[in-house]
Amino acid sequence: MNTLALPVSEPHGAGALHGMRCIVARDLRIALRRPADSAAVLFFFVIVVSLFPLGIGPEPELLRRMAPGIVWVAALLASMLSLARLFADDLSDGTLEQQLLSPTPLSLLVLGKAFAHWLCSGLPLALVSPLLALQFGLPSGAMGVLVVTLLLGTPVLSLVGAIGAALTVGVRGAGVLLSLLVLPLVIPVLIFGAGAVDASLVGAGVAGHFSLLGAMLVLALAGAPPAAAAALRIALE
Amino acid sequence: MVTPALQICDLHCVRGGRRVFDGLSLDIPEGRLLRVSGANGAGKTSLLRMICGLLLPARGEVLWRGQRIAALREDFHRQLIYLGHAAALKDDLSASENLVAAARLSGLDPGAAEVEAALASTGLRGHAHVPVRNLSQGQRRRVALARLVLGKASALWVLDEPFNALDAAASAWLLQLVSGQVRRGAIVVLTSHDADLSWPDTLPQLELAL
Repeated sequence: MNTLALPVSEPHGAGALHGMRCIVARDLRIALRRPADSAAVLFFFVIVVSLFPLGIGPEPELLRRMAPGIVWVAALLASMLSLARLFADDLSDGTLEQQLLSPTPLSLLVLGKAFAHWLCSGLPLALVSPLLALQFGLPSGAMGVLVVTLLLGTPVLSLVGAIGAALTVGVRGAGVLLSLLVLPLVIPVLIFGAGAVDASLVGAGVAGHFSLLGAMLVLALAGAPPAAAAALRIALE
Repeated sequence: MVTPALQICDLHCVRGGRRVFDGLSLDIPEGRLLRVSGANGAGKTSLLRMICGLLLPARGEVLWRGQRIAALREDFHRQLIYLGHAAALKDDLSASENLVAAARLSGLDPGAAEVEAALASTGLRGHAHVPVRNLSQGQRRRVALARLVLGKASALWVLDEPFNALDAAASAWLLQLVSGQVRRGAIVVLTSHDADLSWPDTLPQLELAL
């Protein structure tokens, strides 16, 4: 006996990216089959932002001054809504174990999941933000800056959020705990995101803000996936 | 002397402050079936999770071809198929979509025909495009087991209660599949509460009672 006659297992040509693409495609397909989840995030964002003009009243200058902060805080809170389920669903149905045992490095799979999360939550928020900015009377230049800051900042929310989601996976009351963990970490994104739009409103340069947001994105891309992967390994033990 | 492919060296398992098992050592050469038995809570699932690297032992280590599995990590995962208690399926995806996703995560890239054939061999012909949420527990289990058909190149199968929720025909099919894999030279480690399973006498196998 003991004559190995197993078929030869060739590693797939595309290597580790193959598994990452697979997880992105899978999560996007699930999101398309459950559109209510992504729509809930978008509606929450729209409603929260729209409540402020109603509450503050017709004071165009005050609304214009507050708009960047309001839109950014609403974007932060809306992103939190779907983060709690980033790994929780995979844990409950057993697919998280399969990800931990994949030949694709877990940090790449986490990166794929964060990317899919951003496509379903952060990107729609950024795309709808010009419409909301109209309520606050933002000039078109500031609207453009707002969109760019959201495009740079919301991926950071998904990536840093992935660390929080991994740390709280399987924990009761994970949603609240996740917000307590993640929101303080993303304060710099809020400051520089809203700050860029403020700077644009007063005619100052925004390149510095964009650079800092870009640097935060690069840092998050490099640091968040391995941190979240380590947290998942601990969580599943 | 040939190094056994899978070595369990002085494993200690402690769960929730309770000692589950300790000092467990076992050498498993290629082409063997290891059947793990024991009462509920005896540590069968914990042992299987340790063999995969999902659970760290309190003491001891698991070696694959002479190297610690923690050091091998992705190289080890490429040779492993693990089926746990949960079917690891997404309710919103169809049987074939689930199977493709699971296979790709395992480093395989099956074509549509292979996926259809794998599902058909588990008795799910015509169910490939049915959302998994509409399948029975037994059918869900069969979808999960179809991964084994696609993963015949894997040198190690670790199966936690694979016969659960299966009818007699599916159990017989799985028994034959596992036997074939062992005869091809792979190691299969499994737990089962079903004492009526009739494994072929000629199949090289080990039994571990926890």
